[in-house]
Amino acid sequence: MTGEAWISIGLLMLVVLLLVKPVGAFLARVYEFQPLFGLDKLFGPLERGIYRLCGIRMDDEQNWKQYAAACLVFNFLGFLAVYAIQRLQGSLPLNPAGMKAVPPSLAFNTAASFITNTNWQNYAGESTMSYGTQMAALTVQNFLSAATGMAILVALIRGLVRKTTSGIGNFWVDVTRSVLYVLLPICVIFSLILVSQGVPQTLERYVHVKLVEPFVAPAVASGAASRPEAVASQTIAVGPVASQEAIKELGTNGGGFFNANSAHPFENPTGLTNFLEETAILLIPLAFCYTFGRMVGDTRQGWAILAAMVILLLAFMIPCVITEQAGNPLLAKYCNQRPTALQPGGNMEGKEARLGPVNSAIFDSTATGTSTGAVNSMLDSFTPLGGLFPLWLIQLSEVAPGGIGSGLYGMLMFVLVTVFIAGLMIGRTPEYLGKKIEAFEMKMASIAILVPPSLALLGTAVACVIAQGVAGIANPGAHGFTEILYAMTSQANNNGSAFAGLNGDTPFYNIVGGLIMLIARYWTIIPPLAIAGSLANKKIVPAGSGTLSTHTPLFVFVLLGIIVVVVALTFFPALALGPLAEQLQTFAGHF
Amino acid sequence: MASRKPLNLFQGDIFRRAVRDALIKLNPRHQIRNPVMFVVFLGAILTTALFVQSLAGHGEAPTWFIFWISVWLWFTVFFANFAEAMAEGRGKAQADTLRRARRDTPARKLSAPQRAAAATEVPASTLRKGDIILCEAGDSIPADGEVVGGVASVDESAITGESAPVIREAGGDRSSVTGGTRVLSDWLIIRVGANPGEAFLDRMIAMVEGAKRQKTPNEIALNILLAGFTIVCLLATATLLPYSIYSAAAVNAALAAAGKAMVARAVPITTLVALLVCLIPTTIGGLLSAIGIAGMDRMIQANVIATSGRAVEAAGDVDVLLLDKTGTITLGNRQAVAFHPAPGVAERDLADAAQLSSLADETPEGRSIVVLAKNKYGMRQRDIDDLGARFVPFTAQTRMSGVDLPGRPIRKGADSAVEKYVCALGGSFPPAVRSKADEISRQGSTPLLVAQGPAVLGTIELKDIVKGGIRERFAELRAMGIKTVMVTGDNPLTAAAIAAEAGVDDFLAQATPETKLKLIRDYQQHGQLVAMTGDGTNDAPALAQADVAVAMNTGTQAAKEAGNMVDLDSNPTKLIEVVETGKQLLMTRGALTTFSIANDVSKYFAIIPVMFASTYPALTRLNIMDLNPQTAVLSAVIFNALIIIALIPVALRGVRYRPRPAHELLWNNILIYGVGGLLAPFIGIKLIDLLLNIRF
Amino acid sequence: MSATDGSANADESNSPGGRRQTKLPRRGGVLAMLRAALVLLTLCSVLTGIVYPLVMTGIARVLFPWQAAGSLINRKGQPTLSRRSAIGSAQIGQYFNQPWYFWPRPSATSPVPYNAAASGGSNLGPTNPTLIAHIKQRVQALRNADIGNSAPIPVDLLTSSASGLDPDESVAAAYYQIPRIARLRRMSPARLKKLIARYTSGPQFGLLGEKVVNVLELNLALDRVAPYPPAPGAPFDHVRSSTVR
Repeated sequence: MTGEAWISIGLLMLVVLLLVKPVGAFLARVYEFQPLFGLDKLFGPLERGIYRLCGIRMDDEQNWKQYAAACLVFNFLGFLAVYAIQRLQGSLPLNPAGMKAVPPSLAFNTAASFITNTNWQNYAGESTMSYGTQMAALTVQNFLSAATGMAILVALIRGLVRKTTSGIGNFWVDVTRSVLYVLLPICVIFSLILVSQGVPQTLERYVHVKLVEPFVAPAVASGAASRPEAVASQTIAVGPVASQEAIKELGTNGGGFFNANSAHPFENPTGLTNFLEETAILLIPLAFCYTFGRMVGDTRQGWAILAAMVILLLAFMIPCVITEQAGNPLLAKYCNQRPTALQPGGNMEGKEARLGPVNSAIFDSTATGTSTGAVNSMLDSFTPLGGLFPLWLIQLSEVAPGGIGSGLYGMLMFVLVTVFIAGLMIGRTPEYLGKKIEAFEMKMASIAILVPPSLALLGTAVACVIAQGVAGIANPGAHGFTEILYAMTSQANNNGSAFAGLNGDTPFYNIVGGLIMLIARYWTIIPPLAIAGSLANKKIVPAGSGTLSTHTPLFVFVLLGIIVVVVALTFFPALALGPLAEQLQTFAGHF
Repeated sequence: MASRKPLNLFQGDIFRRAVRDALIKLNPRHQIRNPVMFVVFLGAILTTALFVQSLAGHGEAPTWFIFWISVWLWFTVFFANFAEAMAEGRGKAQADTLRRARRDTPARKLSAPQRAAAATEVPASTLRKGDIILCEAGDSIPADGEVVGGVASVDESAITGESAPVIREAGGDRSSVTGGTRVLSDWLIIRVGANPGEAFLDRMIAMVEGAKRQKTPNEIALNILLAGFTIVCLLATATLLPYSIYSAAAVNAALAAAGKAMVARAVPITTLVALLVCLIPTTIGGLLSAIGIAGMDRMIQANVIATSGRAVEAAGDVDVLLLDKTGTITLGNRQAVAFHPAPGVAERDLADAAQLSSLADETPEGRSIVVLAKNKYGMRQRDIDDLGARFVPFTAQTRMSGVDLPGRPIRKGADSAVEKYVCALGGSFPPAVRSKADEISRQGSTPLLVAQGPAVLGTIELKDIVKGGIRERFAELRAMGIKTVMVTGDNPLTAAAIAAEAGVDDFLAQATPETKLKLIRDYQQHGQLVAMTGDGTNDAPALAQADVAVAMNTGTQAAKEAGNMVDLDSNPTKLIEVVETGKQLLMTRGALTTFSIANDVSKYFAIIPVMFASTYPALTRLNIMDLNPQTAVLSAVIFNALIIIALIPVALRGVRYRPRPAHELLWNNILIYGVGGLLAPFIGIKLIDLLLNIRF
Repeated sequence: MSATDGSANADESNSPGGRRQTKLPRRGGVLAMLRAALVLLTLCSVLTGIVYPLVMTGIARVLFPWQAAGSLINRKGQPTLSRRSAIGSAQIGQYFNQPWYFWPRPSATSPVPYNAAASGGSNLGPTNPTLIAHIKQRVQALRNADIGNSAPIPVDLLTSSASGLDPDESVAAAYYQIPRIARLRRMSPARLKKLIARYTSGPQFGLLGEKVVNVLELNLALDRVAPYPPAPGAPFDHVRSSTVR
């Protein structure tokens, strides 16, 4: 690993960590209804108007069941809307490319994918979705699925903070405030920066240009059957990209406007945009740690969780960078992969020259660690170990640092399990932040922790044995297995990134994947809400010297141990048949 | 403290009984209660079936391999059963002893609560609540009840193990008697308080046997967690079959394309079962119920009977200890510190009389008076027989003790008793003595009056002595995060003095049952768990309110009913031990869970490299322990089974507990059980593999 | 799940988390919930799905009109807003396989390379024999086009990009092609190096991204400074200096 690579990682971490406190504090103000530096004055009338039209009052409190019901109803309506818009896009406005209706199974998969903040894409954006669909269906859910995750987290925090009450906040209010005061303002600024760097933002049709020199495509480059006729023009897909790109990263969604996602020069044209997109991805998931600390009245609690998240992320990101920068041993005899002043070197298949292997590995690790699923390089073409680490990051159940809201509420489930085990070890009925952790909490936390890995393992098992599953595989041998495992893992953890070789646009993958995403999302949302309800009802036990400290390095160490053993190692056998076998088998001489 | 024998695991009879019980527990209906071990149980059945299949010539793996795996899976199940049986063993042995006390003695049922009332002989088993019975010296008390008439000394050693007899009398706090105990002197009229089968002895037998053992809340929560973990492991291993079928097919296709033999095979089910059993938390799963039973058993060894496991668990969580001053913080027996003569009496004479009256008094107070007289006036201890004196022991009726020298009867006792005594002899009670006695009382000490015939000689001042080491004990409790509150009837001044000396965190002076109850409620309002001890009927409301309430066995029936534990030794200091036992119980669970989960890491490295060897031979590079591929899986399974046996002592004794702040405890246990659990199997599995390969 | 059991939980809390007076819904019920969900979804859709992108489009058109429209350039390599005069986008690569142009990185888009209406990578795994076969063919093509150049080939010139539209290649990849271009266009390598340097950018602020050459702009510049085929008898290293920006 070169010094430049260390600097790249260090710079990203530095900038994000510097932003954690101010942004986290702002988020806490949003959810505690404190003044927002004039922003509330600006959007206050709009906010109150929304509530009036919805027939809700800002101080209406919901118990956890009402809160969960509101979340499910809201998301279900969103699902119907996304499905309907895709099916009807042929006759809807803002369709300059004349896109036809999206087929039912694909539309189902996409709707499930976008309402669950997964943003798994079995379609290529520029050849499937109209501008209208990208905006009114997909961009909207990029906002709303992110806001849903934020709301659930805030409800859980309230459950921890409040005592002997059943109210955990109001879902409608939390969603509205998340959109109005957090996501939208940041997106406005962020999308303008993106445009300045070269991201298109236009509603005009695709650009047709005459090529400088017509060419005859050689068979090798396209992979498809070569056509002898000369190609004389290029159609350049454009669209309202920047506005979607901004929320795609900020909301840890990851669904690209284009098929190539953030590798596309229009989604991620420069080193600066790449850096800002990484920052946007990490920003809110990490800032929420500080918000959490603020809201529970002990910021150390937030920093401890943040430390755990960052350690996990770096533990997987750094080896990924190392292996990708080291290059593909099988190519060594054909070309020069050494990083020099004139070239980034490394494993460049499926990577962009302006980004190079280091920024590609950092970006993809960041995006897999946050359930964003955006990619700026093709994971399928990563070296076996380089691909293993992003895959494993997802398999950690998206807690390093995980999706917006969902990362922290997922992490808190692990914290509860850790508190339970560590609490026993000091001889007390476990408690977290003064709340006793009992059978009900354990049951719910177990469900939330159990669901994603179970779905990933089962989905992969099914796809491995039935013909429709195996048919989608693009690469032979162990790599093909990794493709299936990656696809199922990604959807079961609502990540959405892909080993994109797998052909997912088949009825089997569309429907199974869609169901997996829905189950995974809502069965990791309901348990935290149930816990919030249960905890809100409890008293708060004052801390003493006999209380387990949950902000110490020791606790972080135990937490990491639990995560690694309980979820990461669960996938070890499967990983042995995929990336590990591929690495050891093929690169036997290079390991 | 009675019968605290060191735990001998392989005590012959308990061991034999445990082996037998462990076999009986192989019943599926018993197994299904423990989800983790039930999975092992099913795995053992499955591999046995696979073994039979392989005998028939259709083996999916070498016959010897399937055979040994299934044998060791059965051992795993058996070892877990054995651990539970061992834990139950001592309880059962103790229950047998108790049962011997529950003979069906004939009872004399009275028609009315008077000694002279008509009596009928009935079998004890027919006695009902409310019946009145008479017990005389030598009788075994046939049922639990309350004394309504008479005073007697009772031998309760059958229950408490304490050989010194206790006084039981009507009214007050010493009115309750327990079935199975024995009247030594005098007689008692008893109102039966429990129907047959519901008596204290019955409850105790059920308790120690663990017959009615229900899972405690914390155990349920842990079970849920372990079940969840088991499901993940189950899915992770079960899905390996399709994965390996796919992988083998892919590799074979590649081999065929290269013109090589298609050697890749899907992983055998036996290996998958072995992996599953190694990964699920069998160590804690197998020992979980043993830990719970052993925790209760440790309470019983400490002579505390808990009415539920829940109470034992709650003891570990206690935040506040309400401790009665007398007997807990101070020596229950006070010590003489000064002689205060009555007007006109020389102090030396008072000291002399006091010493004489105490010569035969073996109580600590008596001894302290003798010592004080010797120290102050150099009075040598005299032999009571040489003086021709007759010792008058303390009785419940006179409430005085003393000595009858020829023509010189000396008595000492509480002011009211002595006043009664001198007045009865025609003497008078000097007001100066009374005021002195009151003054001593006010200072938190106890006045003891001495009279010679009708003349009051003066007052001995008995002072509370804070128990040695109690200060350090409280400091430990403070380090554990437990607050100590001294409860006393003394005035605030005295209470503060003693509280400061003893080092308690707080005190409640001039306590009444009401203020005590209010104090408990206040703490609970703030989310704290309160523990207390009590014996009197007026303690009952507070006992009922407290989260952990230890009633003294000497206490009233009402107190015992209100509490959730009974201390047979009636030792109020026991509360601290109760808390420690509760903590130890939870810690043992946590430590073994950590150990069990940490174990998994090495097992992956033992099994995974060899499990797909036919498909991806290169994976054997992950065989970092350098195990023999033939025996690696078996070694892991054997380790997994043996570790249960190895940890039975930890489960039964509990992990070592020293009162320390939480973070230090956590550090220690993480180091021992977390890091240790990570490393131990690497060594263990490697050793077993080496041994296996000596034989093979 | 209905919202009607609020009355049972009507106790009020003044805990630190909810600094407001909290109140559970008085009536609620399924209909009220549906109404809230439907109205909120509609309003949010309008706000984030229509107003937000449209407003952004408007602002972008004013502040960054060229970038917002797709960074189009004309044949002179100059930014243009006119779609008619555009020959491509500065951000999007184009395919060149004539030996007198700098070749861009391989593209795996379908059906033709650098199909900017269907971005994507090859998704070939690192150990896939097809990948190795492709690499070998590309090596062969490069060697054939420049017989005698046995310098090691920079990896990015042999591997297809993630988007298939990579506008850039490494400086090393451009340098590798200097002998071929120099020969065919009769330019000195030093001149070419200077030209390459002109179209080299990054890392931004010296930190972000990699140092790369924009191939389309470089080739457009090539055509301007040294058209191919060179005029018969043109002197070696002729330069139409007037057209160099």
